[in-house]
Amino acid sequence: MPNSDPHLARETDAVRLFREPEGGAGVAIRATLKRDLLLLMRRRSEVLNPLVFFALVITLFPIGISPDPELLATIAPGLLWVAALLAALLSLDSLFRSDFEDGSLEQLLLSPQPLPALALAKVAVHWLLTGLPLALMAPVLGIMLALPAGSYAVLALSLALGSASLSLIGAIGAALTVGLSRGGVLLSLLVLPLYIPVLIFGAGAVQAAIFGEGVAAHLAILGALLAVALILAPWAIAASLRISING
Amino acid sequence: MSLRLQARKLACERDDRWLFRDLDLDIHAGEIVRVEGPNGSGKTTLLKILSGQLADFDGELYWNEHPMRRTRQDFLANLLYLGHAPGVKAALTPLENLAWYQALAGEPDDESARFAALSAVGLVGFEDLPAGQLSAGQQRRVALARLELIPRPLWVLDEPFTAIDRDGVADLEARLAAHARRGGCVLVTTHHELADTPALRRIRLGQGARDAEL
Repeated sequence: MPNSDPHLARETDAVRLFREPEGGAGVAIRATLKRDLLLLMRRRSEVLNPLVFFALVITLFPIGISPDPELLATIAPGLLWVAALLAALLSLDSLFRSDFEDGSLEQLLLSPQPLPALALAKVAVHWLLTGLPLALMAPVLGIMLALPAGSYAVLALSLALGSASLSLIGAIGAALTVGLSRGGVLLSLLVLPLYIPVLIFGAGAVQAAIFGEGVAAHLAILGALLAVALILAPWAIAASLRISING
Repeated sequence: MSLRLQARKLACERDDRWLFRDLDLDIHAGEIVRVEGPNGSGKTTLLKILSGQLADFDGELYWNEHPMRRTRQDFLANLLYLGHAPGVKAALTPLENLAWYQALAGEPDDESARFAALSAVGLVGFEDLPAGQLSAGQQRRVALARLELIPRPLWVLDEPFTAIDRDGVADLEARLAAHARRGGCVLVTTHHELADTPALRRIRLGQGARDAEL
């Protein structure tokens, strides 16, 4: 019986069907980038919300405090940074949530591709459509706060570098809380302490630019924080997603 | 190399209740294994354990005679899992949804294959509509198109017949049988009665059943 023809045919088919793990990680990462960009482009409100929040907060401050340019210029760096940080935080909760709800996330976890790399792709899209627009918008809002002209470039650059770290760190929290129905508050509590170094050096860079001091040291530390986050966060995000899905 | 998924002394406890205990499974190529049981008897949990998604259980899993822990990458490259949630993005069209799954599976980007898969599940003419505008059954069909699109020997399907119409059910049943004939292996939970074929095996889970196997 084992040597009968149908059995043999079945064996060869099985061999063809059986697959060794193969590459294709690059293709999967590109496809994930493209898919997430497309998704966010189709749900523009999700992209616009943090930007509108940022603009609203910064518009209200001169009205609420005082229109005095000198006073505003002193608090502007911290104000812009805090508002941008909170805007980025607001958008984090949705990073993995819709994927979790419609079952895409379990498919992502079951793909034979490296999960940290796929998670990094998702975070990259989040930064491209949240952190980067916030950084580009900040100088415009800086004008409203009478920020001295020489510090615009530093403001944008510090926010671009810093918000990338914020996205990476925040994604760990988002991954940990994705299984909870109301994880928003917990997410903020989890990641805010980790945001503080970024905030200190980010706002510090703008402050230094205003006082005409060297900004290189601040920006270098922001860059170093980003480098550390880039190396460690993808693995932490992947592990957090596994914990959330297993629960 | 043929495929074989084994479980030894599988046990899972949820909320102080044993869903199953001492469950031994041995699943070979060419088999359709139907997991049966009333609601809440742990069918989905068993499928999630067997597809390596849950770590919270007792017992051992073996993939091709090797402990699952060490062959996970190899296992995932051969697995196609379809869960309760279809995993279809409402804002994307069926074609875009499938494009992502194709890339995620490490398959080459092939638009004609995606069209073929969609036509196999009867979605011709709906390729470019956002999936959110499709009916629940059609969305499920988008998910089922992955069975056509991505060649994998081991299918783990959790309630694949949900929301599918009668013709679709017959089609899907034929597809499962064809997959088993080709040397694939299907692990399925469903309340739909599958036609008896030599390839079909049943595993019954009951409320705290101990000797569930066969």
